[in-house]
Order: sequence, then C-alpha cells, then structure tokens
Amino acid sequence: MAELTVLQALGPLSPQLVLLLAALLVLGLDLAWGEKRRGWLPSVALLGLAGTIVATMSLWGRREVLFGGVFVVDPSAVFFQVIAVLATALVILMSIDYFEGRATYTGEFYSLLLVASLAITLMAGSTDLIMVYLSIELLSIVSYVLTGFMREDRRSNEAALKYFLYGAAASATMLYGMSLLYGITGSTNLEEMAAVLGADAGGSMSWVVLAAVMLLLVGFGFKVSAVPFHQWAPDVYEGAPTPFTAFLSVASKAGGFAVLLRFFLTALPDLSVNWVGLIAALSVMTMTVGNLMAIFQKNIKRMLAYSSIAQAGYILIGLVCWRHTLGAYGGGISGVLLYLLAYLFTNLGAFTVVIIVERATGSNEIADYAGLMRRNPWLAAALFVFFLSLVGIPPTAVFVGKLLIFSSAIRLGYYGLAIIGVVNGVISMYYYYGVMRQAFFLPPKEDTPIVASPPLAVALGVTLVMTLGFLVFAQPFIQLASWSTL
Amino acid sequence: MIPLSWYVLVSAALFCIGLFGVLARRNAVAILMAVELMLNAVNVNLVAFWRYGEPQAMAGQVFALIVFTVAAAEAAVGLALFIAIYRSRDTVAVEEIDLMKG
Repeated sequence: MAELTVLQALGPLSPQLVLLLAALLVLGLDLAWGEKRRGWLPSVALLGLAGTIVATMSLWGRREVLFGGVFVVDPSAVFFQVIAVLATALVILMSIDYFEGRATYTGEFYSLLLVASLAITLMAGSTDLIMVYLSIELLSIVSYVLTGFMREDRRSNEAALKYFLYGAAASATMLYGMSLLYGITGSTNLEEMAAVLGADAGGSMSWVVLAAVMLLLVGFGFKVSAVPFHQWAPDVYEGAPTPFTAFLSVASKAGGFAVLLRFFLTALPDLSVNWVGLIAALSVMTMTVGNLMAIFQKNIKRMLAYSSIAQAGYILIGLVCWRHTLGAYGGGISGVLLYLLAYLFTNLGAFTVVIIVERATGSNEIADYAGLMRRNPWLAAALFVFFLSLVGIPPTAVFVGKLLIFSSAIRLGYYGLAIIGVVNGVISMYYYYGVMRQAFFLPPKEDTPIVASPPLAVALGVTLVMTLGFLVFAQPFIQLASWSTL
Repeated sequence: MIPLSWYVLVSAALFCIGLFGVLARRNAVAILMAVELMLNAVNVNLVAFWRYGEPQAMAGQVFALIVFTVAAAEAAVGLALFIAIYRSRDTVAVEEIDLMKG
C-alpha cells in the first residue's frame, strides 16, 4: 500500500468530509432559517447522509493508508462507515416526530447526531492510539450532550450525568493504559507497536502489556457496554431521548467494536499476551449478566438495554474466534460485522415500535403494551418479528450473525462458549415472551388505536423488510464483510 | 538525572489517588476533579516516556497536548450538565440523583 499525500488523501476521506459539511450545514441552516423552516432540517441531514453513502460506495474494496499510518481505509472501515450512516439515517427518521412537544431546539440534535456518526466513521479507520483516543472521545462528548438533550426532563439530565461520570472515568483509565503501551513500545502507531510487542513475545515486559491491555479494555468495554463496565447502560438507555437510545444501542456499540477489532487484530495479533482468554471471560460475563438482569425489568427501554448488553456478549465470541477465516462468508470477524449490521436493523426496528407506543401512551412500561395487538396488529406483529430476530430464530437477520459466530466457535473448539451462548439465547426468550404476552394475550387498557406517523412508518418498514430479508438484501455487505479480515 | 522510574511511580500514585477519588467522592464536581487527576497521571507518563525514549519523535508530547485539550472540552460539557442538574434539583451529590435504578 503506497502512502498518499495530504491532497490525495481527501478522496478516501470524502465520507468524513461530507458528514462534517452536512453537520455544519444543518447547524448553520438552523441558525439562518429560524423557527419557520426548521422542519426541513431532518431532510437536509438525510441528504448529507445520502451523500456520505455515495462517497463510501466509491471506497468499496479499496485499501489506503493516510497521513503516515494514522488512518486507514479498508473493507472493515468501510463496513463500519455503512453501519454508522444507516443507523444515523434511521434514527433521524425516528426523531422527527419524537421531539414534537418535548424539545424546541431540534436542529442541534440532528447536527450533533451527524457529528456522532462522523466520530464512528473515524473510529473505524484509526490505526494510531492518538487517533483512537480522539475519535472515541469525540463520540463520547457528543453522546453526553445528546443523552441530556431534553434539558427540562429530569431523567434525561440524570442519565447524562451518569453517562458523563462513568465515561470520563473509563476514558481516563483507558488513556493510562495507552500511556503505558506508548512507554513500552515507544510508538503510538498500532502497526509499529505490533512489531515491538511481537519481538518481545513472552518476554520481561509481557505482564505490563497485559496490565495495559486490561486498562484499555475498560474504555473499550465501556463503549460496547460489556460487563463489568455496563452499569451506565440501563440508566442512560432509560433516560436518554428514545431515538438516541436506539443510536447508542447499535451505532455507538458498533463504533466500540470497530476500535476493539482494530486494536486487538493490528497491535496484538501474535498473542504476545493472552488477550483471547480475557475477551472470552468478558463475553461469558456479558451474555449471562445481561440476560439474567433483563428478566427483572419493568421498563422496556431498560429491558432492551440489558438485552443489548447481552448481544455485545455474543458478538465478543466472534472476536475470540478471529483466527477462523474458513468458508465463503469468512469466519469470526465477518461474523462480528454481519452480526452488528443485522442487529442494527433489528434493534432500531424494536425501538421504532417503542417510540410509536411511547407517543401514543406516553409510557415505556412493559405493562402498557397490554393489548397492543388490538390497538394496532401490525405493530404487534412487527415487534414479534424483531424479538424473534433478537433471539436468533431463522430466517431473521440476527440468526445469520449468530450462525456465523457460533459455527466459528465450534470449528475452533470453543464448545463451552458456544453452549453458554445458546443457553443464553434460551434465557432471553423468557423476557421477550413477557412483552409478547402483554401485547397478544392481555386486554388493552384503552381501546384507541395506535397510529404510526409517516416517518416512523418508513423507519418501521425499512427495518422490518431488512430483518426478514437480510439474506436477500445484504449480499453486498456479506461480500464486503468477507474481505474484512483486517 | 532523575531516573525514569521515579516519574512512572509518581504517575501511578497520581492515578491511584484519582481513581480513589472517583470511587469515594460524593459530589459530582469532586469526581470530575479526581478524573482530571487521572488524566494528569497520564500526561506525566506520556511526557516522561517521550523524554526518556526518542525525544526526536514527537508522538508522546503531541499526545499529552491532545489529552489536556480534550480534557478541557470534556470538563466544559460536564460542568454544563452539572448546572442543568443543579437547576432542577438543587444538588449535585451523586447519591441523591437516583430517579432511575435497578
């Protein structure tokens, strides 16, 4: 891979540039247009995202190194860019009606959301500790603001405070690990670090490397909400504006996984320390705690928070199986990527239903889902499909991800992990069934039908079609994922 | 010249004091101050490793610069959030901010 000059680098960087311009444009137009035409801002943001997707498509399958190895464009980075942009577009569709009567300054929301999307696309390509830190921090700071976006809402405030305090401490801990790694290797570039660490494999420094890696895992684990760094998730998911909760659960998590994959597979591939064991332990804890805690939840956003924690646990199995690259669809790593994409559509779909119900009933309690089938049968059926997918029942989307990840685990002989994963899938059926029981078998508290407004209906339609037809529509992504062995 | 290990020890001590502060303090502003201590520990580490490693390569120093710039941005956002909380509840003591749990 030849290095590009700064001017030539603008081409591979075009998705980020378009996103940045779109964010600034939305902010500027919000100021210039004032109250009357604010309704157009989501459309402007969506146009910006469409431009970003076009720019991203031009990078399909390319591999470039930019700015002296600080940033790369490769299939996995492009894959995460697609995830970030798709998630942001769907979240914008979900937000349009959500903020009606809840918040006035919505222009800033869309602008900041685009910046969050930009941060994730940067995280996906960072190959230098400084860039990794900067992009994680960009996402974090924007996320704190967006979590507390409904300033008058006490829960939103509280969620932002908790997110901020956990996040600041986690990122400081991660930075301390980074400073140790820099001290050991004398470089912040992941490739150069790999060379130094590989030469020292099993040497005198390996215990410091292990300590540094554990410190780094605090920061990465916080972003993907892995147990034991998950405590923020339920409160933040409950208090944040629901569209942003949806964003956190899929896009922010995907960004965390992008960094996790990049760091471990670039800087530590030769097992100079036993990080696979660490990740496996993290995965088991995350799956089990997430699923067990979800059982007790009364609020659907909290339940989905714990469910999302559990999903992170399944995805971590894919990282454990990173060596497995057999088969047409690749192995562990492409499993992780496809799982994240499938999870994006499924979980955003579930959150769309949550928003539609929240707009009608003003509540997120699971008990208020009673009789959803009588109030809107389509909504109840859609929620059923999304929950089937979250459990991993064929032929839904997440099934594809689970199949890839669990089959990689079995091929590599991680039977224990695969069994724990499947058992956890069975546990998760219980709490999803709890919501389904309310929706299908209990009488409604009110008889007024629940109607989805047009943007929400579009979001619901897209996610539903993609969840059911993932294997049909996702072929190009499956191919892209199979190139993404890093 | 003072050996490198002294700097690393000071940094480790600073980091532990900061971490203790984060876990033990009850006031959100005090927790933020403790986080800043942890970040200072990082900066001491980075600059010391840079000075004792390859002073021609600027990575460590640049990293330290970026760390405290971002820390300032983070503190600005954090304090804004604290003010929003304080306006609605008249407190920033974390054990009293407990609408959501479980």
